[in-house]
Amino acid sequence: MTSTANATALRRRRRRTTLVGWSFILPNFLGFAALTLVPVVATLLLAFTNWNSYSTPEWVGLDNFRRMLDSDNFWAALSNTTYYAVGHIPLTLAASLGLAVLLNQKLRGVGVLRTAFFFPYITSLVAVAVVWNMLLSPDVGPVNQLLKAVGVAHPPGWTTSTDWSMPAVIIASVWRDMGYYMVLYLAGLQTIPAELYEAARVDGAGPWKRFWHVTVPGLRPTTFFVLVMLTVASFKVFDLIQVMTEGGPGRSTLVLSQLIFREGITQGRFGYSSAISLVLFLLVMGITVIQFQLQRRHER
Amino acid sequence: MSTTVLRKDSATDGAPPSGGAPSRARTEPRRGRSRAGRVVGQVLLYTVLTALSAAILVPFAWMLVSSVKLDAEVFTVPIQWIPKSFHWENFADIWTEIPMLTYLGNSLFLSVVITFLQVLTGSFAAYGFAKVRFPGRDALFLAYIATIAVPWQAYMVPQYIIMQRIGLVDTHLSLILLQAFGAFGVFLMRQYYQSIPEELSEAARLDGLSEYGIWARIMLPLSKPALASLALLTFVFTWNDYMGPFIYLTSNDLWTVQLGLRSFVGVYDSRYAMIMTGSVLSVLPILVVFLLGQRHFVQGIATSGMK
Repeated sequence: MTSTANATALRRRRRRTTLVGWSFILPNFLGFAALTLVPVVATLLLAFTNWNSYSTPEWVGLDNFRRMLDSDNFWAALSNTTYYAVGHIPLTLAASLGLAVLLNQKLRGVGVLRTAFFFPYITSLVAVAVVWNMLLSPDVGPVNQLLKAVGVAHPPGWTTSTDWSMPAVIIASVWRDMGYYMVLYLAGLQTIPAELYEAARVDGAGPWKRFWHVTVPGLRPTTFFVLVMLTVASFKVFDLIQVMTEGGPGRSTLVLSQLIFREGITQGRFGYSSAISLVLFLLVMGITVIQFQLQRRHER
Repeated sequence: MSTTVLRKDSATDGAPPSGGAPSRARTEPRRGRSRAGRVVGQVLLYTVLTALSAAILVPFAWMLVSSVKLDAEVFTVPIQWIPKSFHWENFADIWTEIPMLTYLGNSLFLSVVITFLQVLTGSFAAYGFAKVRFPGRDALFLAYIATIAVPWQAYMVPQYIIMQRIGLVDTHLSLILLQAFGAFGVFLMRQYYQSIPEELSEAARLDGLSEYGIWARIMLPLSKPALASLALLTFVFTWNDYMGPFIYLTSNDLWTVQLGLRSFVGVYDSRYAMIMTGSVLSVLPILVVFLLGQRHFVQGIATSGMK
């Protein structure tokens, strides 16, 4: 008798806790579910339908993907996105690591310098894009004036040239992002015990050796994290390119996110654009999984 | 002490070729020699750092200098890094040239509302995830984490369709709904709440405080640094956001400062100075917010590691 009473009391208390727990999560969850969770799942389904602004969704299996493989725009966007990632990831990684190592000291004024390097990251994007477009202006921009001054007879046309527009975008994006990853690296540097440097020094390791044998291994978890973040960020790049070049000239800086935007929102081809979205997602996912595997193998 | 020097070595050595010689002399752990080397190293390091930061700040210098020039003076050969004459009237004219006040107002409105909602619902939900045990909680949290890994661009089209169906395209409300309930705030706050010892909430429970009471009276005051980080990051990202307003807002009177500036560039391609004046005005509020709460910024990024 008492045990069943206890059991009901316990059950009631549990139900209460569950309700309380949900009540905390619900205000955020409603918005999150409706505008993030549902759209994510919808992308998966819509990719296999033919649907545009004027029609009702119709299941078409892999048609969208076949169409994508035949589309020049898709291949251009895919290769441009890869180009951007291949430039942006290593350059940002090297720059942020270098800055962090340089700034990881108890020096007077180092805080001011850290601020200076970090500030581009939170500067408004349109301002960044517009300023870089001016700096890289082909005829009279400061960058090309400098290049001419040091003897480059025909400096690049940057955002006006199909060959140089992507490097121009990469330069601006590395400048903008390196401060953010520098902060991550600075946090990582704090976790390397000072004794390791001491020991390396006693063993007669020079600065270069200490960097490669103490700093770099000590930063491995941070580097892994930075690499994953950078990869995701590179493959979904959109806003900086949209403002700097709008994908041009021609389609020399057209990237996947832009293609999704054009097909899905400008043209209203919901099904087809979802298929491209799915490819973008799988691409990011696949690379992240590979990075995880490599990291795990390294730890073993 | 010696470790700071060590790291300094490894740093200077990496940058200019000239940094090699003096620091190599310091690899012997002898005091007399290392002292002179240290001074040289310091000087070198400062030189490198100053040169680097100057290079990185060039775009800002360009922006500031150009903002007080005449349009025709912006691109000259050679560049005038110090303007011949200062045209401060640019900063007075821009308000009538484009509806700058409306744009700034819209940006401010969106940033404040979104930040407020994100911090409020984020910290509330985070308490549920961190401190209340109930079935299904961890699975639910996994759903949150999983979507952080999905690029937003991959589901922006279905989002847009939903907004279109409920008639919210071209309203501020659409952006507020889209950005106020992000998983990021929940994630950041949960990390912080988990570092607060369980005993605290346990003791408060014994004292008869309800879970809501614990959140309001104990967790919120304790998590001020994390709240500040989240608030600052959300504010700045909303202020700087381009894609959201670009996709959803078509009416000029709803535009944020980012959109307004971009359209100004599109229409008046050669009004270089005025464009830079607008850029300075769009960056200024961020600079103020950043300088006021710098510490929280860096902490927020370092602990969460995500945008």
